[in-house]
Amino acid sequence: MFSRDNWKEILQTIQKNKLRTFLSGFTVALGILIFVVLFGMGNGLVNTFNEFFGDDATNVLYVFPGKTTVPYKGYKSNRVIEFDNSDLEDINKNLGMFVAYTTPRISRGGLVKYKAKSNNYTTRAVGPAHQYAEKTIMMKGRFINEEDIKNKTKYVVIGRMVENDLFGNENSLGEYIDVAGSAFKVIGVFQDDGGDNEERLIYMPYTTRQLIEKNTDKIDQMIVAFKPEIGYAGAMALDRSLDRFFKEKKYISPDDQNGVFIRNVADQLKQNQQFARVLQIIVAFVAFGTIIAGIIGISNIMVFVVKERTKELGIRKALGATPKSVIGSILLESVFITTISGFLGMVLGVFILNSLGEKLKDYFITNPYIDISMAISATVVLIFFGAIAGYIPAKRAAGIKPIEALRDE
Amino acid sequence: MIEIKDLHKSYKMGNNSLHVLKGINFSVEEGELVAIMGSSGSGKSTLLNILGMLDVLDEGSYTLDGVPIKNLNETKAANYRNKFLGFVFQSFNLINYKSAMENVALPLYYQKVGRKERQEKALKYLGQVGLKEWSNHLPSELSGGQKQRVAIARAMAAEPKVLLADEPTGALDSATSYEVMDLIQKINDAGNTILIVTHEPDIADMCKRIVHLKDGVIVEDKKITQVRASQYV
Repeated sequence: MFSRDNWKEILQTIQKNKLRTFLSGFTVALGILIFVVLFGMGNGLVNTFNEFFGDDATNVLYVFPGKTTVPYKGYKSNRVIEFDNSDLEDINKNLGMFVAYTTPRISRGGLVKYKAKSNNYTTRAVGPAHQYAEKTIMMKGRFINEEDIKNKTKYVVIGRMVENDLFGNENSLGEYIDVAGSAFKVIGVFQDDGGDNEERLIYMPYTTRQLIEKNTDKIDQMIVAFKPEIGYAGAMALDRSLDRFFKEKKYISPDDQNGVFIRNVADQLKQNQQFARVLQIIVAFVAFGTIIAGIIGISNIMVFVVKERTKELGIRKALGATPKSVIGSILLESVFITTISGFLGMVLGVFILNSLGEKLKDYFITNPYIDISMAISATVVLIFFGAIAGYIPAKRAAGIKPIEALRDE
Repeated sequence: MIEIKDLHKSYKMGNNSLHVLKGINFSVEEGELVAIMGSSGSGKSTLLNILGMLDVLDEGSYTLDGVPIKNLNETKAANYRNKFLGFVFQSFNLINYKSAMENVALPLYYQKVGRKERQEKALKYLGQVGLKEWSNHLPSELSGGQKQRVAIARAMAAEPKVLLADEPTGALDSATSYEVMDLIQKINDAGNTILIVTHEPDIADMCKRIVHLKDGVIVEDKKITQVRASQYV
């Protein structure tokens, strides 16, 4: 079946029937191409969702103070809620068994100067654990530690872009920069996968910030990380406990939705992942639909091809072609065309996906890709069903009496 | 060469069956040139199809070159056709995307003859029908007579025991018809057995024996003096 003569015969048939070859090849190539591109886009969508959360820890709850809207226990509404250091201690004391770490965060904007250069940056006054919450990566030096908190040192850890802006190529470690009027020593430089904006931040000990601000003990917001082993359900429970705890402590009505806000990253992540998964399923459904449309297309073409060739097959049979050789040559021809064009479509699809890269980021598609094994199996499935689709009419054609096939006009 | 005994064939047409061949006894010796004549519906094409193993008989026996032809499946029939028979059709039945030479070489391909030998043989037989210099032309570039000569070369290429021709001149004008008949006579002169189905008396007269079929039986079977086609060419 695979002798050189057979191949020559098949190649000639393919060559001499260009329209037919083109039609079946085009159907298969297009089917695979669309499948690969769609499937890749689905993966790109999931990538985008993962990236939203990828640069931050996902076992984290952000607690923000708000403003009451309901009068409660003698307090009027519209009362501004504030957090202070004791709240952090209370969390650790009361919910310690669930909590991995806590850190406050006080954000301030300010002009930062070094020698002749200056720029406005956001400074975040935080605790040592903040490094884990933001997945801050130290490039050199160190992050703020407990000693700094205790001693209220005037140290800062600056982002890679801050160093770039102010120091150029010079080394910033050990240098002093002017942050909103006071001098701070640079003890570390960090990078962050969250992008340039995340690298234009300056971290300092929260106690230092409180000292500058007239020795207050107020904090803007708290970041509470739960132990990963408590899982999603545990995180939701912790979310509710924190809410209850602060409403009680700050005399907020249990019905007041605006006294305390808790942003549960785990919950958001889960919702977004579900959303992305549903989108991916829809995209995959469309992609598989394309494959099925491709199979139907190639089946139609094969029926047409066999019909068109009925007379030729009759001649061949009269000259001594056995049914096996008739079926074999039709099948081999169809598999040959579908394999080559399927492969071309696949390669083109993968190439398109690769060249897209970050270009569709505005449409929430990041680095679309397809598992090469997935692309290959889709191609193989299409080739396989193309062969089956060719086999059925070929078998029928081989069964037609040559005398009837010869009468076919 | 061909031995047919008490051949019956009927076709089912809905509820009634049509008895086409009603007991044919017929034999052909090696080297004969036989015309099978009859009006349409006489069963002549059915007889040729059974002889060509394109159709199967209901009753009776058929022996070809000492081989009983019975219980044929498609594969066996294809092999026998390839080995024993050459076909020439009214409508030529060349494969339109293959050159004259490739058409002639096709039965050899199914005999699994090697490529080089195929080409040599195909060229030899094309030469015999006087179309050597047309070997690379497609059928669409040939005239009707040339096409039929290619078809005859193709039928001869497999070196069959019997050449079966179904109205070989039916689609040709008379001048071309005589050219084709001249060729067939020359092939017969070389010792080949040939059966021709025709309804044209002048074509039948160019054979050596005429078998008349009417309503499924042989009404006349006579040897005649051959009219040579070369005198008209």
